[in-house]
Amino acid sequence: MTYDADTLAQLRKDADEILSRYPVKRSALLPLLHLVQSVDGYVSPDGISFCAEVVDLTSAEVSAVATFYTQYKRRPNGEYQVGVCTTALCATMGGDEIWRQLSDKCGVGHDETTADGKISLERIECNAACDYAPVMMVNWEFFDNMTPDRALRVVDDILEGRDVKPTRGPHKVSTFKETERVLAGFEDGKVDEDQGVGDPTLVGLKIAREQGWEEQR
Amino acid sequence: MTDLTPVLSATWDAEQSWKLSTYESHGGYRALKKALGMDKNDIVQAVKDSGLRGRGGAGFPTGMKWGFLPPDDGGPRYLVVNADESEPGTCKDIPTMLSAPQVLIEGVAITSYAIGCNHAFIYLRGEVTHVYRRLMQAVREAYAAGHLGKNIHGSGFDLDVTVHAGAGAYICGEETALLDSLEGRRGQPRLKPPFPAVAGLYARPTVVNNVESIASVPAIIDRGVEWFTSMGTERSKGMGLFSLSGHVERPGQYEAPLGITLRELLDMAGGVRGGKKLKFWTPGGSSTPIFTDEHLDTPLDYESVGSAGSMLGTRALQIFDETTCVVRVVTRWTEFYKHESCGKCTPCREGTFWLTQILKRIEGGQGTEADIQQLLDTCESILGRAFCALGDGATSCISSSIQYFREEFEQHIADAACPFDHSASALFDYDAPAKVTEEAHA
Repeated sequence: MTYDADTLAQLRKDADEILSRYPVKRSALLPLLHLVQSVDGYVSPDGISFCAEVVDLTSAEVSAVATFYTQYKRRPNGEYQVGVCTTALCATMGGDEIWRQLSDKCGVGHDETTADGKISLERIECNAACDYAPVMMVNWEFFDNMTPDRALRVVDDILEGRDVKPTRGPHKVSTFKETERVLAGFEDGKVDEDQGVGDPTLVGLKIAREQGWEEQR
Repeated sequence: MTDLTPVLSATWDAEQSWKLSTYESHGGYRALKKALGMDKNDIVQAVKDSGLRGRGGAGFPTGMKWGFLPPDDGGPRYLVVNADESEPGTCKDIPTMLSAPQVLIEGVAITSYAIGCNHAFIYLRGEVTHVYRRLMQAVREAYAAGHLGKNIHGSGFDLDVTVHAGAGAYICGEETALLDSLEGRRGQPRLKPPFPAVAGLYARPTVVNNVESIASVPAIIDRGVEWFTSMGTERSKGMGLFSLSGHVERPGQYEAPLGITLRELLDMAGGVRGGKKLKFWTPGGSSTPIFTDEHLDTPLDYESVGSAGSMLGTRALQIFDETTCVVRVVTRWTEFYKHESCGKCTPCREGTFWLTQILKRIEGGQGTEADIQQLLDTCESILGRAFCALGDGATSCISSSIQYFREEFEQHIADAACPFDHSASALFDYDAPAKVTEEAHA
């Protein structure tokens, strides 16, 4: 491993915290891989060795797990992971056209990163926000009801170094590495940040209230 | 006319609805306190009597699943919540956890107490950062208030809860693949038996339940079995979240008694967008055979949807209007299954690959007459022969779409082109570029 002493010390400290959540060591592997991405921006050879050491596996065993899951990246990822949902419903509602325009604009295809390292583009599968289709995710925050123009503006902002704001989520999207630290199970203090609940989430409740059908809990 | 019945969604519009204080001010954790004073067997019996069936798709009776646990042998037993919501069209658990995570935590506490579990896990899909933040805070707040941890409310019952983020794999929604993933392995399904109730997480007795199932438990304990069974139909009791998406005026979450119809839901949702005609829809996600306008009045309960040839699944009602090319949609769903096939068994791994090849050929105008039969034959080679339900699910949309829209497949072949203008089904206007070949998923 080529980590410097400080990085390694912090990794070990974080790894201990992760291990403490599980009765069996190996269960820590998925969060540990997220942790590695929070430091290296991908699942690096160093990160694989580190995980292997922490959970007592071979590096081959760790790689076998890492390559199974799409969120673990095998090459240095962009600072922003921009995913356009192109599963059937979002694709039909406009996701395909959004994808085409973003891919044109960025000059990269699926699972590729812009030369400046800002954006990794991905055609993502259904992200459980179908009532907000077409959907885009930036570092796994929701960008609902996208149009090509809105999506292009988000990408422009990223490329020009401006903050981007999700539609349901925190005030601004964290970087890929910061996000991966959250996914490793470390809170970042943004939990109460909120852009309001979208109309689709509340539509049934609103109708029930208007009609006086509301169940009293 | 069926009324909507917001129970799980009742607090979603409250100020900071995700906070413990908000939840408690709406009666939250009353059910846990009541449950802690009950005999464990009575809680299991109440959930059995309520008729609550798994809300994650399969519809297996929740209380019965708990009842399958062997007698306590002094070793650990686990509750694992399946929060890996990934079935295309399904978008109910994510808003639940984002807006009201405490109802899930309370459900976890009651269920754990009832089944004798002292360490529960919530396996959340990894691609939803803000939902993970909300769950982590919910657990932290619940510990601080004494709803979790040691000697909960003086009952002598201890419970730890770990919220775990996955890393992108649809198959982890299959309960045994989820357990393998939670153990730090590739998420591939296990041979059953043994079922998780006997040998689940770490080979110990384990209950795996969907978010909405567990979130329904506090209300059943608080308000009683009679209240719950007053909703729904004879064998499909209670309420559930119906998620309308696609070509509908007001898509979103409609919490209603099981047995409501799509016609009723569409009425509330303002109908199909722009007054267009309904073409096809899924009653419960992309793994459930599609329905058409013939099925507008089919009660959306397990039995009625089943006898009409589909499955209630996750109540993910994806609506497609007359502008939609069914071949395109089915091709894309099939690419999804190909991408998500875990590779463990041959029928699914190879079958979804070949189905995708054939469908893309038809969609692209290079199909032959023999291709339709080839699709059906390939589906037959997968259905019932795959290791888990993913393979079966992959065939549903193909066989059902050929059943209802065979002539549309034939037209693609006869015309050597797709007869639809794809831009007409988008939600925004754009100039369709001269026939682009859509890039395949890597």
